[in-house]
Parts: sequence; C-alpha cells; structure tokens
Amino acid sequence: MEIRYWNKEVETASREKIEEIQLQRLKKIIEAALKTPFYSRRLPAVGIKTPDDVKSLNDLRKIPFTMKDDLRQSYPKGLLAVDTKDVVRIHTSSGTTGIPTVIYLSAKDLEAATDLVARSITATGADNNDILQNMMSYGMFTGGLCMHYGAERVGMMVIPAASGNTKRQVQLMKDFRTTVLHVTPSYLLHIHSKLPEFGISLNDLALRKAFIGAEPHSENTRKKLEELYNIDAYNSYGLSEMNGPGIAFECQYKKDLHFWEDAYIVEIINPKTGELVEDGQQGEVVLTNLIRTAMPLLRYRTRDLAYLHTEPCECKRTHRRMSRILGRSDDMLIINGVNVFPSQIEEVIMRVPEVGTNYQILVEKQGALDRLIVKVELYPKMFLGEAKQIERVKSKISDELKASITIKPAIELHEQGTLPVSEGKAVRVVDTREKL
Amino acid sequence: MKIKQISVFLENRKGRLYDVCSLLGQKNINIRALNVAETESFGILRIVVNKTETAASVLKEAGIVARITDVVAIEVEDQPGGLADILKVLAQEDLNIEYMYGFIEKSSDKALMVFRFDDADKAVNILKKNNIKIVSEQGIREL
Repeated sequence: MEIRYWNKEVETASREKIEEIQLQRLKKIIEAALKTPFYSRRLPAVGIKTPDDVKSLNDLRKIPFTMKDDLRQSYPKGLLAVDTKDVVRIHTSSGTTGIPTVIYLSAKDLEAATDLVARSITATGADNNDILQNMMSYGMFTGGLCMHYGAERVGMMVIPAASGNTKRQVQLMKDFRTTVLHVTPSYLLHIHSKLPEFGISLNDLALRKAFIGAEPHSENTRKKLEELYNIDAYNSYGLSEMNGPGIAFECQYKKDLHFWEDAYIVEIINPKTGELVEDGQQGEVVLTNLIRTAMPLLRYRTRDLAYLHTEPCECKRTHRRMSRILGRSDDMLIINGVNVFPSQIEEVIMRVPEVGTNYQILVEKQGALDRLIVKVELYPKMFLGEAKQIERVKSKISDELKASITIKPAIELHEQGTLPVSEGKAVRVVDTREKL
Repeated sequence: MKIKQISVFLENRKGRLYDVCSLLGQKNINIRALNVAETESFGILRIVVNKTETAASVLKEAGIVARITDVVAIEVEDQPGGLADILKVLAQEDLNIEYMYGFIEKSSDKALMVFRFDDADKAVNILKKNNIKIVSEQGIREL
C-alpha cells in the first residue's frame, strides 16, 4: 500500500520534535489566552502571568480544566482574544441549557484548521482525483463547512450536498460519480435501505470511501457499511469547540484515529478525579487547541470517553492513536449526529404551561435512524376538552424543541401522574439503542 | 339550550376507557351518549351523562383529566334523509360542525344527536329560527 502524507515531516516527526512544537505553540496560545477576559483571570491565579511562565509541557497541568459551562458563561465574547475585525468565521454549537457556545477563527486559525482536515483526508489515501459528497449539515455546525474547506484544499471536487433529502443525495452520487462520502454512519445505513426504492443499484455508483463521524458507532457498524457498499470507511473525530473535523482521523490502515498532536495536546483523565490515566486506559479526552489564537481553549473537557495507543502504526506516523469514542462522561445524547442535552429538552418543557414538570426522554432506533420521543404529562387544568387543542400543544412543544435542539421529536402526551416522578434521580432518559 | 358534555383525555393505555366507564358505573352515573375521538397517541372520550356535575367531580377526584364543554342536542327525524335535512340548514347558515355523535336512547320516534359547534350560542339561535328541535338539559335528564 502506498502511504500518502500531507506533511510527512510533521506527521512522522519524533516524539521530541512533536513536544518541541507543542511547547512553542503552547506559549503562543498562552499569550493569546492572557488577552481574554476568561483566562486573564484564571491563568495568573495559577502563577502564569506571561507566556514565559510556561517552561515545560508539564506546566500545562497547573491550569484548571475548562468546562463546557465555562464556554456557556463566557458567551458571547469572554473567550475572544482578538478584535472581531480579525475574526473571519464563527461557529456555534448548542449549549446545555439553551445558551449556545461559540468559537471564533481568525484567517490564520482557519488556514491551520483547514490544513489539518486536508492532512486527515490525505491520510485515508484520498486525493484530488476523488469527488467528495459532504453530507453533514452546513451552517453553524462545523462538520459541513470545515470538511468542505479541507477537501477543497486537497483539490477534491466537493459536492456540498449537506444533510437530508435522501433521494437527491443518491442522484448526486450517481450523476457526479461521487467517490468519497462524509456522513454519519446511521444515515449511510439508512441510505442503503432506500436504494431499491429509488431504483438505483451499487453498480450505478462509484463509491470508494466514506468518512464516518459525528456519532459514536461500533466496529460492527463500520464493517457492515463496508460490506453493504463495498467501500472503506474511516472513523473521524472532531468537536466544534476544537474547530470540528480533523482533530483525529484514521489512516489507510484503519486501526484507530491518529491525534494530530502538533495541533492539539491530548490528555486522558479519570473523569471523577481529574487525574491523568496511563496510555491504554480509558478515560475522558481533554484537549488543548494549539492552532487557534482568536479563541484559545486550554485543557477543555470534551466529556468523550476513549483511550490512547502508543504502539507504532504501519503508516509510520508518530502521532498517537485514539480508540473510537466509547461513551460520554455526561448525559449528552447523540441523535442522528446531533448533540442533545436532556437539560435543553427540560428547559423547553418547563416553559410550556399546558404540561407538568414530569417528563421522559426516549431514544430508540427506527430502521437505521435514531428516533427521539419526548413524553410529557398534560396539566389537567389546561385541558380544554378538544383533541385539536391537544394536537396544538404537541406541535407547540415539538416546534420549540426543534428551535432549541434542531431536531423535531415526537411528542407523547400522558395523563398526570403516569410518568416516573423525580425522586432524586428519576429515570428521565431511556435509550434503547444498542450499546457500543 | 346548550347541554353539557364531559370530555375526558385518555392516554393510549390498555384498559383506560374501562377505568373511566367502570368508575362512572360505580357512582351510579348513566351514560346517555358517547363518542371516542382517537389519534395515534391519545384519545378523547366525550360523554353526555345524567349527572354532569357529579360525574365531573368523580373523575377529578380519581385524577382523570376531564373538562365540561358545551354541545347542542338535536332531535332528528328517524327516517331516510332526516339528518340530511338538518345538515342542509347548517350548511346554508354557514355553521361549522366540529363533530357529532348519536345518543344511545331515543325519546320518541326521533333520534337524538349531539353536535359540537365552534359557537354553540349562535348555533342554538339559528337552529331555533329554522324550527329544529333542540333538547334541553332537563329533557336529557328525563330520558
């Protein structure tokens, strides 16, 4: 197998060299962080008043973790290190309680993030002969635009199909001879089940590869996709707080994901104690972004659970590999690739006078796709006696949830007192999907 | 001359309709007319009973979601075209029917039907004007 590199020198650099780059970049990031309202308070409190106070990578451990809630509380500009005239792009992701989180990118930051996506794509063996159909949603979500930029950088022909409209997706694949897909695994499974209906067979398509991400999936799911489509599927990892896709990606050998350690410092911690765990042990992924100066983020707790590999990879890359994501250390749900916190759903329900405060969230598989059902109790005094009214209440809740979490759940109205009552920790979330 | 109907919210659960009906039976409440509106995930039971207020408080005490609403009970000639004659008047007068259902019992050789209108008062006036016989609350009790 011919091994392709985007930047061979960096991708195969020695450990010493990688750490040298990390320290040098960390100082720059500290310098930027000291310009933000958030870190200008936090860093001096642990003895970091200038970038020179960071003498080795070990000094990073002095810095407290940055939590998602810190981002929320810093919304919109508490973590911004530059004037907005120097920002060329923002992305937001949904927050846990209705307040979103935002990232800012300067032209240079975007350049660096794009370069990493290009590196990731190249690591899978794809190149400018390939035609990429990007089936992630564009807009505020990083998965669409950031992959798009990286693929253009590689020189691929990019079809910005975005998500949804399965029939059109398949038509585009056929008409433009798409060779690579960027897609969530559940949607890719779903598309396969629709092919007979559209009268299209795999022979009509030119698919060779799929970059699958945005939702956790098992090795079995990957194998199934590879067999169904006769393609290679590569696991990709990213989160919007860190610039989206291109943080860690599988190479041609498809044996877990190379973390681009010149751009991100990855730590795996015990989520309960905050202590670092040994390589090979499962824990929570904590990331420091070394390539973004407009909005620095130090020791960000992703809540994703995984472990790191240290043994060398056949591709000769020296960057450590991460296992697939094995779960979450918080209660975030990933529904068809969209991140949803139960607290966001609760916040909406509490605003609707027609329903009580008891609720239950059910997530299940319907075919290949995930289905979200929100069960609420009708507040007796608000019942006007007509089915029409109930239907209106249901659509109101459904519409408001759509506005908050971007997906439209099914709403079930129940009689008062029939859903589990909140006694300490009520079983608010029932997820019947297969565990990884 | 509107009459009272009780609307009961029923979640989609086995035996729920039985629960409501047996409770009313125990309290010696007689159902005169009944209809169930069903949707995918819930149902609305609509009943006209001999003791509306008692029924409503019995249901409330049992934690059943119910609401009293106004409907109109109309006498329909029990012969071919009887209902059509009434519907014709309603259509001509531009009265919108939300739903309707029949009584279990008959007072005479006429059939009794419950009509739910957007505006019950306006409906009553128009029906009277067109000499359509409306049954009063008293009349229902005496069935």
